[in-house]
Amino acid sequence: MAGELPFEKPLSELRKKIEELKKFGAESGIDFTDEICRLEERCTHLQEKLYDELTPSQKMHLARHHSRPTSLDYIQTIFSDFIELHGDRLFADDLAIVGGLAKLNGIPVTVIGHQRGKDTKDNIARFFGSPHPEGFRKALRLMQQANKFNRPIVTFIDTKGAYPGNTAEERGQSEAIARNLREMAMFGVPIICVVIGEGGSGGALALGVGNRILMLENAIYSVISPNGAASILWKDASRADEAAAVMKITADDLVSFGIVEEIIAEPQGGAHRDLAVQAETIKEAVWRHLQELSGFSAEQLVVDRYEKFRKIGKFKSPSAQAEPAAEIIESAQV
Amino acid sequence: MFKDLFHKRKYATIPSGQQPRTKPDIPEGLMSKCPKCGNIQFSKEIEKNLKVCTSCGHHFRLNAMERIAITLDEGRIEEFDADLESEDPLQFPGYAGKLEAQKKSSGLRDAVVTGHGAIGGLPVVAAFMSFDFFAGSMGSVVGEKITRAIEQAHARKLPVIIFSTSSGARMQESILSLMQMAKTSAALAKFQGDGGLYISVITDPTTGGVSASFAMLGDYILAEPGALVGFAGRVVIEQTIRQKLPDNFQTAEFNLQHGQLDKVVHRKEMKSILTKLLDMHAVKGDIAHGG
Repeated sequence: MAGELPFEKPLSELRKKIEELKKFGAESGIDFTDEICRLEERCTHLQEKLYDELTPSQKMHLARHHSRPTSLDYIQTIFSDFIELHGDRLFADDLAIVGGLAKLNGIPVTVIGHQRGKDTKDNIARFFGSPHPEGFRKALRLMQQANKFNRPIVTFIDTKGAYPGNTAEERGQSEAIARNLREMAMFGVPIICVVIGEGGSGGALALGVGNRILMLENAIYSVISPNGAASILWKDASRADEAAAVMKITADDLVSFGIVEEIIAEPQGGAHRDLAVQAETIKEAVWRHLQELSGFSAEQLVVDRYEKFRKIGKFKSPSAQAEPAAEIIESAQV
Repeated sequence: MFKDLFHKRKYATIPSGQQPRTKPDIPEGLMSKCPKCGNIQFSKEIEKNLKVCTSCGHHFRLNAMERIAITLDEGRIEEFDADLESEDPLQFPGYAGKLEAQKKSSGLRDAVVTGHGAIGGLPVVAAFMSFDFFAGSMGSVVGEKITRAIEQAHARKLPVIIFSTSSGARMQESILSLMQMAKTSAALAKFQGDGGLYISVITDPTTGGVSASFAMLGDYILAEPGALVGFAGRVVIEQTIRQKLPDNFQTAEFNLQHGQLDKVVHRKEMKSILTKLLDMHAVKGDIAHGG
């Protein structure tokens, strides 16, 4: 099995055994049907058990799988008539973000996504899907265009994070992300975000201020990559698996925090097992949410989005019931 | 046996942990060393100089209370939401204990103090971040307090001034911290969209989730000299691009040069610049609020 992950090994070994037994049976003329049936049953059982109870770190490895479908794979499968549009009109065209016009069930939409490379050369050209400021500004330009022409916006989130580099800093990485967050809050068109792989930090959020956030079953979304967290927590980036467990990065966690509205199921074993099926389930979910939002006026969409994000956060306020008396601090002069 | 007798010990043994090292007889905190120029000076002299090195002009970090004292008229703030406290929503290992320790050491409940006050006689809503609480990191409480302050300013038709200093989003609240970036930015979108005035003052250091949200969204963005401002940390960048970065990388001056800031303002000038800016937005004795 190509691209097998370490935790999938017992399964592939069992499958190999079944194949061997079948081959041996055919060659020697001995009937192993019962044996094979028993093993196949065990295989199905193991498969269900393995994929039903994936740990956060196993999901992280699936989300980062090299053959996991990318934004362009989905854009080309889900939408028709895709016209890719390029450039931020200020500096360059950042290939770490792709976007353009397309039709979803005959309706024109603006579609934007982070784009990882398919191979090493492609990855280098696309900075491994980590955008520079010009990428975020390209996305903003396309979203402003969508807002102007009253088209819904669909974004695909799949990045380890914004590109950490001196050129990115010089051109205002912080400002580019911050501006997207502020502008996305005010668009009067529906925005649907789909986390398809890894949602890493501000670079992910810069395409993520939507009325609805949907997330694939094995996708992850966090404030810092588990590797980064491990290097801060234990000064050891290789302990990412442990960090993944404590950081609450799975789709289930994000639903429980009220951030994600819906989890989109993946084919057994992950999205890369069946692109066509995965694209179809994403399409169904995105379309359903767009239909729900189609009755909203521009103002209602802004309010809906604002309230979604306004609610996020967990804190305690001991005197919340009573109107808290203003506390006046007379600080000592320095 | 004889071998042992003539065996020479390689090392002399010294009894350990017996005598405490003798310290020079200087009272704790009397003198301070400037981390930039190394000049040793009386702490009182530095404090009198608004915590700016008397020799090289290095701006020492101020905590929220020190900043309030030198910024707001009479150092007086009518504090908002003073009772908000962080929870431990992820049950993150060690977080609850660390929060308690930070509260004790800083005297704050979280990394920002917000409230109502005046600058040069002009009323403002202001937020003061404090690096001495959890490295100024933004979790749910910081995001909520900043958002509420912006909403208060909106309701009262007052300008907002935010003094930022932060290491970024607070990892221990993971995705909830990340979402505070969107929450605060959305509040600014509404406020600024209605004509509200927001002045962002960036102090040392301001990075990550705070620089990539409200700190960089000011109608006017000021910074203190030498303040570190950037998105990704220097070490991360050096590891990624495997190049040595210039010494002034991500300083306020570097950002000014690259067009990311309006002005680098010395601490001594800050209050007068803020007063002038506020004054220029005042209409008929009231602060301009467009809408």
